[in-house]
Amino acid sequence: MMLIPGRGASAPFRAVLTAAFMAVPLAFATAEEAPQVEHFTLDNGLEVVVIPDRRAPVVTQMVWYKVGSADEEPGKSGIAHFFEHLMFKGTSNHGPGEFSARIAEIGGRENAFTSYDYTAYFQQVAPGELKTMMEFEADRMRNLILTDDVIGPERDVIIEERNSRVENSPESLHGEEVNATLYQNHPYRFPVIGWMQEIEQLNREDATEFYDRFYAPNNAVLVVAGDVDAATVRNLAEETYGLVERGPDLPPRIRPVEPEQNTSRIVEMSDPRVGVASYSKRWVVPSYTTAEDGEAEALDLLSEILGGGVRSRIYQELIVRQGIASSAGAYYQGTSLDDTAFVVYGSPRGDSTIEDVERAIDEEIAKVAEDGISEDELAKAKKRATRSMIFARDDQSGMARIYGSTLTTGGTVEDVLEWPERIDAVSADDVKRVAARYLDQRRSVTGYLRPEKDDRS
Amino acid sequence: MNATEATPSMQANRFTLTLTTLLLALMFLTLPAVLPARAAVDIQEVTSDSGVKAWLVEDYTVPIISVRFAFNGGSTQDPEGKEGVSTLMTGLFDEGAGDLDADAFQERLDEVGAEMSFNATRDAVYGQMRVLEEGRDDAFDLLRLAVNNPRFDQEPVDRIRAQIMTRIQRDMRDPESLGQEEFARALYGDHPYARRSDGTDETLGSVKPEDLKALHARTFARSNVSIGVVGAIDAETLKTMLDKVFGDLPQEPELLPVEHVSPKLDQKISYAYPLPQATIQLVYPGIARDDPEFFPAFLMNHILGGGTFSSRLFDEVREKRGLAYGVGSGLHTGEYADMLTIGTSTRADRAKETLELIRDVVRGMAQEGPTEAELERAKTYLIGAYPINNLDSSAAIARTLVELQLDDRGIDYIDRRVGYINAVTLDQVKAAARRLLIAEPAILVIGPEAADGG
Repeated sequence: MMLIPGRGASAPFRAVLTAAFMAVPLAFATAEEAPQVEHFTLDNGLEVVVIPDRRAPVVTQMVWYKVGSADEEPGKSGIAHFFEHLMFKGTSNHGPGEFSARIAEIGGRENAFTSYDYTAYFQQVAPGELKTMMEFEADRMRNLILTDDVIGPERDVIIEERNSRVENSPESLHGEEVNATLYQNHPYRFPVIGWMQEIEQLNREDATEFYDRFYAPNNAVLVVAGDVDAATVRNLAEETYGLVERGPDLPPRIRPVEPEQNTSRIVEMSDPRVGVASYSKRWVVPSYTTAEDGEAEALDLLSEILGGGVRSRIYQELIVRQGIASSAGAYYQGTSLDDTAFVVYGSPRGDSTIEDVERAIDEEIAKVAEDGISEDELAKAKKRATRSMIFARDDQSGMARIYGSTLTTGGTVEDVLEWPERIDAVSADDVKRVAARYLDQRRSVTGYLRPEKDDRS
Repeated sequence: MNATEATPSMQANRFTLTLTTLLLALMFLTLPAVLPARAAVDIQEVTSDSGVKAWLVEDYTVPIISVRFAFNGGSTQDPEGKEGVSTLMTGLFDEGAGDLDADAFQERLDEVGAEMSFNATRDAVYGQMRVLEEGRDDAFDLLRLAVNNPRFDQEPVDRIRAQIMTRIQRDMRDPESLGQEEFARALYGDHPYARRSDGTDETLGSVKPEDLKALHARTFARSNVSIGVVGAIDAETLKTMLDKVFGDLPQEPELLPVEHVSPKLDQKISYAYPLPQATIQLVYPGIARDDPEFFPAFLMNHILGGGTFSSRLFDEVREKRGLAYGVGSGLHTGEYADMLTIGTSTRADRAKETLELIRDVVRGMAQEGPTEAELERAKTYLIGAYPINNLDSSAAIARTLVELQLDDRGIDYIDRRVGYINAVTLDQVKAAARRLLIAEPAILVIGPEAADGG
């Protein structure tokens, strides 16, 4: 559930390099080559993960809070993301923009992002600056000063952000409503950025209440990756974050659950800005956190074998053999606190229609659910998973994201480390079983997005 | 949001944000890419027995090898009437080569554990591969086939062409793409930079396998390629690999001559469309990388709108007034044209106000230049940011090695660069601001009020 811009097979000719497992949850090292990841907890409850990588004089600090849009109060959609922006304003110790100015001065890189289950802040700097980064980050964990002067313009900024990302894009507008239809009760139905009319009403009281409730060391995970060792990080963390007082215990993150789904639902939209029709079909399925043993791993392999890249069944059948689709594939968002989505999608090519594409993908799903997969397909998919884990180690901030997203969605460091073995344990029958169990056409949600005057489908 | 990416032909990929990329996570602000500084990498120049050169950074931390290379040329080499042929060609190198057809080639690639891809920009065709150390020899064999003997079989040609045509079809309905296209024509006139790199239905549709073979034969040559290699491989082994992959290519390319072009400024292009948000772009004169005033201009741009959360444009447009989510400026140095661009997207009903504000900020910079303090901060930023932006993974290092060679920077550039930046004086930056920002810019507005002057 990270940023997945231009995801995989929807690109013109397959951006294979980043598709498949990279964007899925946990990916990395084989046991004997694994970097020495260290994990400990400070007295105030802050969890710390250190991933040494000494190749370049660069270190990445990320602070992940266990709060995302799915933790918002009804009527306050967008507050988690709005608050993320407000974290860049001043504190009682540092004026507005001082932290960013300091990072800019030393040539560092910084950013932040919000998702359904977490909010994270990061800086990439030279190792000698790590302590300063920790001081600033620890400072804004509790000492933020929010005034109406900073709230007003920043709310305008996120309104423009929503305009850019959503209102200007028929794909995004449609995607939002498909999602709101997929989940009928769980807060994953609300867009992370929030509904426009609720964003417009967000105010200082909302922000302050949100801050006091969720921002505390005992609700956060610090991940440090790069040119540094664990002992140094521990000392620095104790000198900085260690001084922040533990907050009140937070209640368990129990959200409304989905009722039993007994229908198939369709969400249709047409727009003059759409040049080529597209469709997607989605199911609510278990995540790594909610699944019974082995089912999430089997769903991951299912998405890879069904539609993860150019060697997948959907790609080979629809794009290469039948030539009816210009793009098509499948993905599974396994890193999620609650039940998550399994998605297949496609766009037609030439004279074919989205109905042709949908029918052909349905057939591929039925083949797996009824006839299963071959041992050869399974072995190759596992090999690709192993490979992606080694490639992932080339990117220190990517590694930090794997740990941060896992630990803020109910997973553990051990879950990350043991993932290769658990993938390896999946059988061909397991893959067939999850396909049959979860990809039920009678309980699916389908989105159609068409050109305004679509005379072809 | 990358507000600095104003080069119209580079924006063809917007459509990849289809319904598959549901809004999962929101970045606060994507930091604009920043150019080169100081590094802890040891670059070796490796020359093979037959004379193929590459830059190598040896590193065994992770058992992988990253290779990247660029052949000069790119979509400006598309013959008239065959626009889109370079883009199509880059989709076909891993779709059958030598005695392997498309399926056999990709099956082999997967078995070997390698990932390979190609793409074309306006000025070059890029290839990249990464592979686990254990699959090294087999992977380089496949790369040799792809580089030397692509088959361009009719089936993959038709299939990849149909995918690009789907993209063209999407762009034809997308106001953003249509507006950018019109702007490119206004800026560049008859120059190849004005063309869509995908071509049109007609031009792409007319491309035959012979056209692809001819383009490959005249652009893939040894004197025309820049190569960067990073990872678990030593210089001696690399020499063998270089001969294997590039040694049999012809020595010299046969490139079509392309003229330098100055973008036509002092004009306004309005693309009217009922959108909630207006897109604004301004184009000012640019500066070549080898111009003696390049570094002063580079620092000036950083202060104006290249900075992260601290540029003048960011402060005025976003921080103080909340007019936009992203705003920034960038220096674009192409093979045949240079420009400074400014871009943002803003509330449609305040587009005019935003444009005026941007122009005020530009005028302020042109007339007074930056302060000494701004210049000092820009220097430390641009020096410190280099390793973080350019050297933080094998793939990033390989990319940097290729770009440095394409720009003729020399193998010790990363060390020299710090000196170039530190040597820049305030007067030089002020002069650069006057040189670039006094001109009346070309302006593009896409949005509802565009028709009545935005």
